[in-house]
Amino acid sequence: MTAEKTKSVTSSVTVRFAGDSGDGMQLTGDQFTDTTAIMGNDFATLPEYPAEIRAPAGTLPGVSSFQIQFSDSIIFTPGDHADVLVAMNPAALKVNLRNIKKGGLIIANENAFVEGNLAKANWKTNPLLDDTLKEFQVLKVELSELTRNALKDLPLKPSEVDRSKNFFALGMMFWLYDRSLDYTVDWIKAKFSKRPEIVEGNITALKAGYNFADITERLPIQFYVKESAQEPGVYRKISGNEATAIGLVAAAHLAGKTLFYGSYPITPASSILQELSKYKNFGVKTFQAEDEIAAIGSAIGASFGGELGVTGTSGPGMCLKAEALNLAVMTELPLVIVDAQRGGPSTGMPTKPEQTDLLQAMYGRNGESPVAVLAAKTPSDCFYMAIEAVRLAVKYMTPVILLSDGYLAEAAEPWKLPEISKLPKIEITHPKAGKEPFLPYSRDPETLARPWAKVGTPGLEHRIGGLAKADLTGNVSYDPENNQKMIELRAEKIRRIANDIPEAEIRGPESGKLLILSWGSTYGGVFQAVSEFESKGIKLSHVHLNYLNPFPKNLGVLLSRFEKILVPELNMGQLLFLLRNNFTGINVVGLNKVQGQTFKISEIVEKIKELL
Amino acid sequence: MTNPTVAANTGSGSSVPANLPYTKESFVSGQEVRWCPGCGDYSILATVQRTLAKSSIPKEKYVFISGIGCSSRFPYYMNTYGFHSIHGRAPTIATGLKCANPELSVWVITGDGDGLSIGGNHIIHCMRRNVNLNILLVNNRIYGLTKGQYSPTSPVGQITKSSPYGSIEHPINALCVAIAAEATFIARTLDTDPAHMSYVLDRASKHKGVSFVEIYQNCVIFNDKAFTPVTGRDTREDRMVYLEDGKPLVFGKKREKGFRLKGLRPEIVEISQANSKELMVHNEKDLSPHYAYLLTQMEYPETPVPFGVFRAVEKSTYEEMLEAQIAEVTKTKGKGDLKKLIHGPNTWTVK
Repeated sequence: MTAEKTKSVTSSVTVRFAGDSGDGMQLTGDQFTDTTAIMGNDFATLPEYPAEIRAPAGTLPGVSSFQIQFSDSIIFTPGDHADVLVAMNPAALKVNLRNIKKGGLIIANENAFVEGNLAKANWKTNPLLDDTLKEFQVLKVELSELTRNALKDLPLKPSEVDRSKNFFALGMMFWLYDRSLDYTVDWIKAKFSKRPEIVEGNITALKAGYNFADITERLPIQFYVKESAQEPGVYRKISGNEATAIGLVAAAHLAGKTLFYGSYPITPASSILQELSKYKNFGVKTFQAEDEIAAIGSAIGASFGGELGVTGTSGPGMCLKAEALNLAVMTELPLVIVDAQRGGPSTGMPTKPEQTDLLQAMYGRNGESPVAVLAAKTPSDCFYMAIEAVRLAVKYMTPVILLSDGYLAEAAEPWKLPEISKLPKIEITHPKAGKEPFLPYSRDPETLARPWAKVGTPGLEHRIGGLAKADLTGNVSYDPENNQKMIELRAEKIRRIANDIPEAEIRGPESGKLLILSWGSTYGGVFQAVSEFESKGIKLSHVHLNYLNPFPKNLGVLLSRFEKILVPELNMGQLLFLLRNNFTGINVVGLNKVQGQTFKISEIVEKIKELL
Repeated sequence: MTNPTVAANTGSGSSVPANLPYTKESFVSGQEVRWCPGCGDYSILATVQRTLAKSSIPKEKYVFISGIGCSSRFPYYMNTYGFHSIHGRAPTIATGLKCANPELSVWVITGDGDGLSIGGNHIIHCMRRNVNLNILLVNNRIYGLTKGQYSPTSPVGQITKSSPYGSIEHPINALCVAIAAEATFIARTLDTDPAHMSYVLDRASKHKGVSFVEIYQNCVIFNDKAFTPVTGRDTREDRMVYLEDGKPLVFGKKREKGFRLKGLRPEIVEISQANSKELMVHNEKDLSPHYAYLLTQMEYPETPVPFGVFRAVEKSTYEEMLEAQIAEVTKTKGKGDLKKLIHGPNTWTVK
């Protein structure tokens, strides 16, 4: 490092890489993240892809971005606004301008800011040459040109040279945040082992970027983020859909069952199917169905056969699955439905998160049809909630809906790996023929679950179906009193799950003026907003719900101790509706947003200030 | 009526082993059968029960899965495992169940509305995947349970409750759908010929792969005698052709008529010494779907209607390939290690 440069220690940094779909921004972000993980920072990432598969190069819809926040303390969000934006072309700058902090640094690939590209991105003038960016620090770098110069002696095609420029940019960022190049160098060697010239090209570009940043006078300060105080243990990076998939495999293992996952591709749930389809050597059976209905139907069939039937989808698929879900309610078969929620209504915003399926999960079926509803709060929490969904489904012989969302599905965070021996046990007993006639709708006195007879068991031949069921025998019955009784029994069965789930925990004071109540992925934003107040000496109370139906047993009492309850949700007040329906005498206030984006911490902080 | 196929393949029952554990009554559940008096479904139910009794498959291995409609009441009346599911979706449940336990003998009971209208998509995909199960499509060309609206197999002009001036929809041909999806076993039988039905059902049951059987069934209330012009006592010998593998297609009161191909169409001919070598000979094992398709296009009044096994070919089944792939991946990658899976490709340690 040149002598005149200084090193500054900082607590938390948000970096955003943005470029054309073909610029390798996701790869660049992943590499930066992996190195950040190894350096011991806590982090949260958010990839953002264009909805179009191959949008025309250089256009606004073709921009692909990756944001990471890393910190010396515990964090749960990828950051509100970026400290640094790496913009590979004018479109990337245009799309991401509102995501940069005032005074933040923009590193722009000067070579890409030419007439054609500027026009494609709807820039009337070159923003690098006028005062458009006067609120920011701008570092113009001839990224393409510098990469070409660095690689000029290597036997690479011009297109291959051009593709290495993301490593040049990554090298610069590694210098700026004082990161080691070792991990990425090893990764390049392994990834391109069959093309030594590509290995050399990419490593050369990476080092050239690093050295350029070191030498240039335009980057006077190098920043350093200390290790975060994470709990000791072995960690990995994980996204929500990976965690859901692995959690389902783990649940099947804990239950001694084969996992059957029937699904129809739908954004943002498809990667659960893709992940699970890799795990054939765990005995996992994946079935890519002809439609959403067939997906859930096949899962119900697998459950009828004694396997662990699971299906996954997003909002529009939930609509299509409703009738079959109700069949599983009536036939009281175990079934897990993962719903990675996305923007709606209708096709809505497929790649963007919302929490707008809560009421659909609760009520979106004909008849009195209660099911258990759970929600994961962070990417790694998807692992534990997938296991929990399976545990409850098989113990209570009921469908369980697990809500995730488009943010959790794609976002990644460090995950302290669990010990398998400490995961919950899932015990299943299938009945065998006895002396008495088999009663498929007899019930466990504690859980009210009916027996799970595996098709093929001698002596237990019985018929189930969607028509109203007689108590005990399960025969078709239109008897009025019986119907009333069966509907009440099924509702009571779901209510009793409350005896089997943890009570809600409160962070901060147990009573007072304001409680903040969150569910699902808004956990991260709320947690950090509350932390911000704490760091200023203001103690706030926060309760997070992983269980939406039934609610934890102590929720009513907890809520009654507060004058006001703030419920931030990525919908127009769905949990709010449930709370008002379930608890009287509470004063609930919503913070609602349906913009296809998670909450910024600042938005929650502002709302809290307003209520304090 | 002469029915050489049945005579040739099932005989008088002497081929059935004497020590079978079941009788027809073994398959009768305690539930009161609630179809209309005279409904063709009674005959189908009894024939299925009789056919199953002739097999040595343990009773607990049978599963009957249905959708919604008159015929979909079927599982309640069988003393086997059963699932009366939702409209059109039985093939999806059957597919999942068969994947879970390939040893089961799974029977889908569906109708022209359930299978060809609301559940058309599932039927097609179940057949193309060649899931080893048996689909019995009970076709009465009417919506019975909803009390008499036209169905996707109702002919143009049919007067029903929802088509008081006649249906203006072109009907779908069930077996055409099956051949388009390249089902590996395709057959047609009828409620009024239990011996033939039993033969076809037994063949379907034994076929490895998906079996699609269309059963002409009379709805006495809403579409009585819909098939009588073809299958009626006075007309059937001239208007039905019983298919026999390896033998010429013949019909007529004296079995005097056959077919020969004229271009792409079958032409009716009087059988004689001279043209015996030109006659169309049934070949159910033809791997190409063209011939079976041609048979599905033979419809009254243009030609007599074929009954029997149109197609019976071998192909890998879905569940067989699923299990084989699991075995293969397990062999090459080793049995899955949950700890390794949780740890993933990269970990780091915080001290």
